[in-house]
Amino acid sequence: MKNSANSPYNNSLPLNDKNIELIAKDGIKGWFDQGFTWLVYTFTAMTVAMLFVMSWIIFKEARPAIAKFGIEFLWGKDWDVGNEVFGALPYIYGTLVSSAIAILFAFPVGLAVALVTSENFLPVSIQTTLAFVVQLIAAIPSVIIGLWGIFIFIPALEPLQKWIAKYFSWIPIFNTTDPFGTNMLTAGIILAIMILPTIAAISRDVLLAIPKELRSASMALGSTRWETIFRVLLPAGFSGIVSAAMLALGRALGETMAVTMVIGNSAQISASLLDPAYTIPSVIANEFAEAERGLHIGALTYLGLVLFGVTLFVNFGAVVLVEWVGKKNR
Amino acid sequence: MSSHQNSKIPQSLANELFSPLPKSRQLFTYLMNAIALAFTFIALIPLLSILWEIIARGISGLKLEMFVNPVIDFGFGNAILGTATIVTIAALLSVPVGIFTGIFLAEFGRTHPAANFVRFITNILTGVPSIIVGVFAYSIIVLVTKQFSAIAGGFALATIMLPVIVLTTEEALKLVPTDQRLASAALGGNRLQTTFRIVVTAALPAITTGILLAIARASGETAPLVVTALFSLDWSEGLLSPTASLPVLIYNLYNDPDPQKHQLVWTSSIVLLGLVLFVSIISRLVTRKRKIK
Repeated sequence: MKNSANSPYNNSLPLNDKNIELIAKDGIKGWFDQGFTWLVYTFTAMTVAMLFVMSWIIFKEARPAIAKFGIEFLWGKDWDVGNEVFGALPYIYGTLVSSAIAILFAFPVGLAVALVTSENFLPVSIQTTLAFVVQLIAAIPSVIIGLWGIFIFIPALEPLQKWIAKYFSWIPIFNTTDPFGTNMLTAGIILAIMILPTIAAISRDVLLAIPKELRSASMALGSTRWETIFRVLLPAGFSGIVSAAMLALGRALGETMAVTMVIGNSAQISASLLDPAYTIPSVIANEFAEAERGLHIGALTYLGLVLFGVTLFVNFGAVVLVEWVGKKNR
Repeated sequence: MSSHQNSKIPQSLANELFSPLPKSRQLFTYLMNAIALAFTFIALIPLLSILWEIIARGISGLKLEMFVNPVIDFGFGNAILGTATIVTIAALLSVPVGIFTGIFLAEFGRTHPAANFVRFITNILTGVPSIIVGVFAYSIIVLVTKQFSAIAGGFALATIMLPVIVLTTEEALKLVPTDQRLASAALGGNRLQTTFRIVVTAALPAITTGILLAIARASGETAPLVVTALFSLDWSEGLLSPTASLPVLIYNLYNDPDPQKHQLVWTSSIVLLGLVLFVSIISRLVTRKRKIK
């Protein structure tokens, strides 16, 4: 395969998809091809450069804040714009906890949708329609989900939250007197709705890729459908489903608008999920456009850098896992 | 589960042989069926509720003059024009780069050592949070031009659209059979001619679909625009001044006490949601049909 790139005229190689080189070597056509090749390389380099330039620019803009606060920024609890004291902990806490709640809710539901739309519970036409309709949630703009969240979802959920706070306040995570609808739990559920299609779609693809023979073999040994699912299909698709959850987690960590609208935007660390909170993307969206250049912008960008690092790490893991699964299945 | 193996009384053994499954396993099956179907139903509720509520609350305010008036005159004409401007800039920037990168991955990538690396970077780029892209565009354009502008917004959206276009172009080009490339080469076509006259032409509908999907996704993005294009209540003064867009209009005005502006939020949501869902549904239906063939 590598040989053919250097010597396209080598007839001894079998002709298959992998080793054709259709490039003209000389004459005016050769010049055209050279130019075309370089054009393709240039644009490809631009795509690759995008990620690196972005990392560099974000790092550069964050430098004033990195120089001033250093690593202590990560566990600083105060955010006082007037006195130029900045600490990231409440935002990091809010981002991580809201995303964790989102995964907690979205994972079982997403997996259920994936199972229902890939196994033979329902006729194929209904399966594909269901999968298609769930996919549409991914197309709804985040700001519209936020609008729905604040005017329809919160009023519907508030009585339930008040009831929980009244009777279960002895549990630390519900310990809030008279909760208002905008809080960590609401944001987590809204995020769960938004990442559900990611989990459902990727898990469905993973399940559909598992060979039919495995199902038949398990059934032939006398397993019921759910025994087959739990003992054969889910273990076989485990890494793929985990990577689906990781990709969804990456989405949840970076989601901005809907969360900003429903989380209450209060930079505090509270054990209670019924208290308002704040996330990194939300504080950037709220303060960035009005921030003074210098330490405030620097601190916001530093927050962005932290988020960038975390999502890169999560996405990196997910992509590596997906490619590994793809190679294994081939 | 294995209770029938231990049973010693013939009568009960006979009973169990007639029933296909022991009670516990049967119960487990029914229970899990119910849970899975209930969860699937729950998953559909938000979508149906969003569609229903947006239409119910917004439709009454939908008047023709809203499309020609700017926000200060209780319309969303300037936001529609702004969204169109920003998305056009984004498409002009991202489509050529994206298509050529897709060509690299599909046409050169089979033998090129860097192909997997490029694909990997593109996948990572897909997952970069949109607010980070906004901060990036702010630093690279707003700070240089000293203006929040449509161009900065367009650059941010281009960064978001780019990986989508790359990946869909690659998929589309891969569907074109190798025989067609060989036929073109056998007739004396060089790589430039083969790629553009044969491969890209054959894959053009699928590539267009990918671009439309990317545009639909970009038109709904709010976060990067809040820190780059900002907003304006009136018509934008030019490409280098703050520009309104539909998503930012919704975000800026959703808490406005003025009932007319509040109505504007719901009505512009119909327009935005309708636009985005229409493009997504059409393009997904088109791609699905192609796959079956």
